[in-house]
Amino acid sequence: MAESAVPAHGGGGDEPTRRDFIYIATGAVGAVGAAALVWPFINQMSPASDTLALASSEYDLSQVPEGQQVVIFWRKKPVFIRHRTAAEIAAARADDNAPLPDPQTDAERVVQSNGQPGKAEYLIVEASCTHFGCVPTFGGGSYGGWLCACHGSVYDTAARIRSGPAPANLVAPPYVYTSDTIVKIG
Amino acid sequence: MSGPSTYEPKTGFERWLDQRLPIVRMMHDSFVDYPTPRNLNYFWTFGAILMLCLVTQIVTGIVLAMHYTPSIDDAFNSVQRIRRDVPFGWLIQNIHATGASMFFLAVYIHMFRGLYYGSYKAPREVLWILGVVIYVLMTATAFLGYVLPWGQMSFWGATVITNFFTAIPVVGEPIQQWLMGGFAIDNPTLNRFFSLHYLLPFVIAGVVILHVWALHVTGQNNPDGIEVKDKADTVPFTPYATIKDLFATVLFMIMFAVFVFFLPDALGHPDNFIPADPLKTPPHIVPEWYLLPFYAILRAIDFSIGPISAKLGGLMLMAGAIGILFILPWLDTSKVRSMRYRPVARWFFLIFVAVCLALGWCGAQSPDKVIGQAGEFTINATYKPAAGGEQTLTATGHTLEAAEKAFEKQRAATVASAGAGELTTTVVKPFQFKVTQFSQLLTLYYFAFFLLVLPILGLRETPNRVPETIAKAIGAKRGAAAEKGA
Repeated sequence: MAESAVPAHGGGGDEPTRRDFIYIATGAVGAVGAAALVWPFINQMSPASDTLALASSEYDLSQVPEGQQVVIFWRKKPVFIRHRTAAEIAAARADDNAPLPDPQTDAERVVQSNGQPGKAEYLIVEASCTHFGCVPTFGGGSYGGWLCACHGSVYDTAARIRSGPAPANLVAPPYVYTSDTIVKIG
Repeated sequence: MSGPSTYEPKTGFERWLDQRLPIVRMMHDSFVDYPTPRNLNYFWTFGAILMLCLVTQIVTGIVLAMHYTPSIDDAFNSVQRIRRDVPFGWLIQNIHATGASMFFLAVYIHMFRGLYYGSYKAPREVLWILGVVIYVLMTATAFLGYVLPWGQMSFWGATVITNFFTAIPVVGEPIQQWLMGGFAIDNPTLNRFFSLHYLLPFVIAGVVILHVWALHVTGQNNPDGIEVKDKADTVPFTPYATIKDLFATVLFMIMFAVFVFFLPDALGHPDNFIPADPLKTPPHIVPEWYLLPFYAILRAIDFSIGPISAKLGGLMLMAGAIGILFILPWLDTSKVRSMRYRPVARWFFLIFVAVCLALGWCGAQSPDKVIGQAGEFTINATYKPAAGGEQTLTATGHTLEAAEKAFEKQRAATVASAGAGELTTTVVKPFQFKVTQFSQLLTLYYFAFFLLVLPILGLRETPNRVPETIAKAIGAKRGAAAEKGA
């Protein structure tokens, strides 16, 4: 690095000198220092502690009548909790082996985050289309589930993507049942 | 370009200052005695108009920031307060909001000017690239600013744009959360967008200084695309360019004022007068008009290519549509600068302008909108009447709904009376040309213009004879005009 820029002091010819070493060492320490200074200024934009503190929400599922859904906030993101009818569950299970863009069985759609099977009648998914994040509407589309009006993605009764530009199923947040009717999301 | 300075300090103070900070000399050499090509047309006044736009946005923006509250609970109301209660707030807010549109209108004319007259070619590559940098910063600033009123379009526009990043594999989602400062668009997002929206115009101003500096090193291009050779080719900036710029600027300001005073919300979207609601997505999210062509390109990709999903593919093409401008100087192989002397390229250029406008139209439409269709929907059905044999039933309609309606009518009339058993129906759909397909064709031309037309045409086209000097070009034009008159 320094051979051409710095005239050799003492020593001979192309041999690296003590000064070359000092230049490189100084530059290296300076670069590390600059990076260490830049990092706080970049990282300050990450989710803050109070935002992260909202990381879990509890909800009493008995409030949702069958065939209805509620939208609750988890980490400030809307989440659908749908109390599915037997017909909806049957329709979703019937399509378990259909060609799906993002294959998942209906049972996998309601699994708890600890690996235990969930409750088939309660489907809990983020209300955010996996395309560009719009909130899909229930009752639209030809699969009995959700339709995202923004760009026409259609989800079935297990909130699996069936047609349209969205690449994946609606994301199920991590959740566990803390009692028979209480679910803890996050 | 400007040669030796002709500035002569007249007073003792000017002499004293000139020896310490030659700022008056710099202004004199740049904006008074600066030689400009004498054949410039009115397309060359947009540089000055853009300067005015930038200053307007900064001045009105600083004033608005005195009254605006960047908090999700207060932002919407504070903008309404500016419009209703703050003295002259309505005027300043109108100027700022319509000013963004005016800024983009002027920059697009400025950019198409550069494309047509080959202003990006050597030795002006850096000048052009700096211009593209300014344009990218402008789009970022406009997007950030549009979020601040915290209406429905603000919120959902921000949601869609930040979701772009999730298309990037692996690091996409962390980047998105980093940008939003949380897991959804929320107060931290609004605060940082406000901060950055305030910052970026000054960054733009900095790059504008570099842009003007580069311009003054290479000198201005001109409608004939001929380099300035001697003094006969130029006129001094003042008074010639100064007055021409001023006149064009006044005309531009008249149009600007028409929007500010009579059509302040004509270019906006009514949904943005509804406060942001994270639970309710508007049925049709559209960006402001000046970003519609890129939005159309984004949505045109509704198919995946191997491992690249439709989402990522659309994003890459949208970014590529602007990114390609950076390498434009090296894509165009023609030695002739101005399309005035390129008889074939000129037509490709005009189609390109039309394609950009059509992309803008597509961006504003629903992607499923049918532009045209060949034939009609047909529903064929066969049934077995009680009397035996087989009967067919056919209904047509321009839309599927119309065909179904017509079919039901027939069924009620014939099948019911004949006491038919099971019906077997088939639906024949006509070919439909939808907005998405139209966008795909337009996107194809957009990229083909840069990647095929400009590189290949430059080698194959026979250009018209280019005059040796600007003076001769003007002479030839005058001669032709005199001949016509005689």
